[in-house]
Amino acid sequence: MESTSAAPVISAPAAEPIFRARGLTKTYHMGEVDVHALRDVSLDLHRGEFVVILGPSGSGKSTLLNILGGLDVPTSGSVTFLDHDLSRNDPHALTLFRREHVGFVFQFYNLIPSLTARENVALVTDIAEHPMPAEEALALVGLEARLDHFPSQLSGGEQQRVAIARAVAKRPDVLLCDEPTGALDVETGILVLEAIDHVNRELGATTAIITHNAAIAGMADRVLRMRSGTIAAEQRNARRLAPREISW
Amino acid sequence: MRALDRKLLRDVRLLGGQMLAVATVVACGVAAMISMRANYDSLLLSRDTYYERRHFADVFAHLERAPEPVAATLRALPGVAVAEPRVVAHVTLDVPGLPEPATGQLVSLPAGDDRGLNAVHLRAGRLPAPGRQGEVIASEIFAEKNGLVPGDSVGAVINGRWRRLAIVGIGLSPEFIYEIGPGQIFPDNRHFGVLWMRRDALGPAFDLDGAFNDVTLLLEPGIDPATVIPAVDRVLAPWGGAGAVARVDQLSNKVLADELTQHRITGVVMGYLFLGVAAFLLHLVLARLVATQREQVGVLKAFGYGNGPLATHFLLLALVPVVLGLVAGTAAGAWLGRLFTGIFGKYYRFPELAFVLTSRTMLFSALVTLLAGIAATLQALWHVTRLPPADAMRAEAPASYRRSWLDRVAIRHLGTAARMVGRTLARRPVKAALTIVGLAFATALLVLGRYFNDAMDRMTEVEFRLAQRQDAMVLFNEAAPDRVRYDLTRLPGVRAAETFRVLSVRLVNGPHERRTSLMGLARGGELRRLVDLRLRPVPLPADGLVLNDRLAYRLGVGVGDSVTVEVLEGRRLVRRLPVARTFGEAIGTMAYADASVIRVLSGEAPLASGAFLATDPALEEALAARLKSLPRVAGVSFRRTLVESFEATLAESMGISTTVLTAFASIIAIAIVYNGLRIALSERSRELASLRVLGFSEREVGTMLVGEYLVLTLLGVPLGFLVGFGLCAALAHFYATDLFRMPLVVSGGTFAFAAVVITAAFAVTASAMARRVGRLDLVSALKMRE
Repeated sequence: MESTSAAPVISAPAAEPIFRARGLTKTYHMGEVDVHALRDVSLDLHRGEFVVILGPSGSGKSTLLNILGGLDVPTSGSVTFLDHDLSRNDPHALTLFRREHVGFVFQFYNLIPSLTARENVALVTDIAEHPMPAEEALALVGLEARLDHFPSQLSGGEQQRVAIARAVAKRPDVLLCDEPTGALDVETGILVLEAIDHVNRELGATTAIITHNAAIAGMADRVLRMRSGTIAAEQRNARRLAPREISW
Repeated sequence: MRALDRKLLRDVRLLGGQMLAVATVVACGVAAMISMRANYDSLLLSRDTYYERRHFADVFAHLERAPEPVAATLRALPGVAVAEPRVVAHVTLDVPGLPEPATGQLVSLPAGDDRGLNAVHLRAGRLPAPGRQGEVIASEIFAEKNGLVPGDSVGAVINGRWRRLAIVGIGLSPEFIYEIGPGQIFPDNRHFGVLWMRRDALGPAFDLDGAFNDVTLLLEPGIDPATVIPAVDRVLAPWGGAGAVARVDQLSNKVLADELTQHRITGVVMGYLFLGVAAFLLHLVLARLVATQREQVGVLKAFGYGNGPLATHFLLLALVPVVLGLVAGTAAGAWLGRLFTGIFGKYYRFPELAFVLTSRTMLFSALVTLLAGIAATLQALWHVTRLPPADAMRAEAPASYRRSWLDRVAIRHLGTAARMVGRTLARRPVKAALTIVGLAFATALLVLGRYFNDAMDRMTEVEFRLAQRQDAMVLFNEAAPDRVRYDLTRLPGVRAAETFRVLSVRLVNGPHERRTSLMGLARGGELRRLVDLRLRPVPLPADGLVLNDRLAYRLGVGVGDSVTVEVLEGRRLVRRLPVARTFGEAIGTMAYADASVIRVLSGEAPLASGAFLATDPALEEALAARLKSLPRVAGVSFRRTLVESFEATLAESMGISTTVLTAFASIIAIAIVYNGLRIALSERSRELASLRVLGFSEREVGTMLVGEYLVLTLLGVPLGFLVGFGLCAALAHFYATDLFRMPLVVSGGTFAFAAVVITAAFAVTASAMARRVGRLDLVSALKMRE
């Protein structure tokens, strides 16, 4: 379905998009107030692309990420991933979409405290079609020595890297990261960003990071700036910086 | 093993205490259900096998004396398969080693040895030999209680003559599985026993050679006894027939049947009560678990776990304690059931009392338990499936507190800690109400557990201390002129004697009729009074009948109505009499009247069936010895020995079941209190840690945690008193039989006991939880994100 919206479609023209979003709006009813989290957002994301979405709190970036990840559905507008329609509220179809295609990394890691690093990754490999072994995924983020540690025995950065390993172990088509460095110091944050960058390059997963942190923008192919539920600006980087080259 | 299954195991371990609490309560419920049901099945199977193998009769009739050919007339009645005439007589026995006289019920043996009706099952020794006059088989329980074995002998006054009866065998009969003497309300197996003799020895001794005074009938298959009994009564009326009774009204069978019904009801009621509580606990634990694992559920959903696997995951978690409890409860139930059946076998005598635990019983309780477990998880599972993944990833919104009316009225005037407690309760009234209900049930179960003791105490008090004030009761083998009481007062140690007359009667009110005993008492008598269950004396009116409430209920009459009284002995007169009074009585379906009313009814000169005696304790032994030799005396019971025997029986038979019930109820109480506090601690650890950081002392913070629960306990316990009283009333209602009703009395001691157990459970758990407040890791509690 083509959008009738006048807003520009944000797209990198080079390749065929795998995500197509048109005229997305999302409204939450909070008591007697309607909160417009997204207002008429359209964008395309392409295979292998590394996108950073910047914006202040409440700008709608988490809502956009949730919709792209099939965690939530828009109030109106359409969004597709290849042949999956993500705007229809079909919990079963959305569950299958997430299971087959998406890896998530959250700001607060969201590891299961009662499972070890290896078991947290296995949680995902248990239900994925062609996963890599949990050990391999943990090696990818440099944690091959911490396989049998429980989350409470790991540092914040290590926990976040377990979360990345868990997200990539299924070899996802899409890696969605919500403030992955928000709870970390600079040095640890860079380790985590290196892991994400590595995965994006190695596995070719389309990667979207949402963050407050403008410094991370340098790593991206493309940077989207959000404000008040709309995409206010788009910027293309001629060269992706390595995580080591950025600082905040 | 899959990672999700590992999480399951780890969560089980994490929730160890709470899982154990749920498992224990489940085990109690299952054990109650299984033990009672298995006991019921065991007794039923033993009884039915016994009845069938030993040809337990369908109809029983007693009469004065009929010539042998009358038996042939009975045999010819339609529907009658076998009619077996016999001789039955009550005699005074002199048992070696027993100071008081005992009562013996002599019963003639069926002619065809063990092919006859109510055939004796020989436990030891042999059958009496033909032609040997004084040989008897003694009933097992009587022999046991008096240490009698084959080769011993007892003295008996038979038809006025002293005789020595040689015990050649020990036996059992389906007619006397429960062995109780005439005029007794509880078995006293030392002082009452059945002795079987050959009819050719017993008949002549009572001038019943070629005649009989008792008959038992076996009916053709499928024949309703009610259709045969009127014909039997017509045949026997000219011969002093006292009215035939069907098997269902035969005393031993009836007591046994009532007991079986009670076991079944107890098993069902207790089982369901306990499982209900277990389901309630499980519900609380899971609701809390799902709330704390919101983010975990969100992550799993984000990574593509569907509702099915997640619901299964939580369901399995819930079923772990349920299955553990089921296994432990089944084992405990089998053990307890065996114990109960063993105790039962001491009072109810069967040739074989096999313990039967059927797979059906086990499957049924497993099914009920699993269903209860699943029901308990439904709400939690619903929450898991409804939780949208994006929402689960966000922290739960802070609980919305507002100023309620309660706040404006009361809470704002309290100190900080009390204010927090008040607002927490006011904000989640449903949760508070559920906890109150749980505590109320724990209290109620404790009350119920002790209620049996209260009911028995009250009954003992009414029967043995207020109503029966005699020291001894004498029964005559046939009605004697009333002036016999003067003879009695001349016996050693007798200070006073009051006679009574018991008539066999049929009371009729339209379609309702009951065969019962009508007891005539002397108005203003001192030794036997009527006292109702509220301990109030019931004066005997000059006219009309006094019915106990059960009999009045059975007849459908009240005070002011009239009933037709058919006297089943003597001149067999029929009259209509008004019901002058009804009163609550725990035992039997009895009618009472003044002696003058009895005289008019029976058309006799004043007669006595027996007498109540007041005696001098110092001369009791001499009196006992003298009574043994009186030919007119068919039996004597001393109140002291009766009370002792009753209390010993009660202590043993009810001791274990009330102990078990009380233990179970205490376990539930502790489990509810523990779980409630444990959940409160985990829900609020962050808040409590913040308060510690702000400078509140451990003690203040502990008060806040425990205070909420203290308020709930203070509300739950009184409610539990009410619920408990209701449960007692329901149980008294379901247990009520014609033979016995439990008085609805709950003592202050019982309420106090329940309150103390709950308070103790609260104190122990609360102090353990308060210590955990001291161990709260302040830094990590605060680092946890909102």
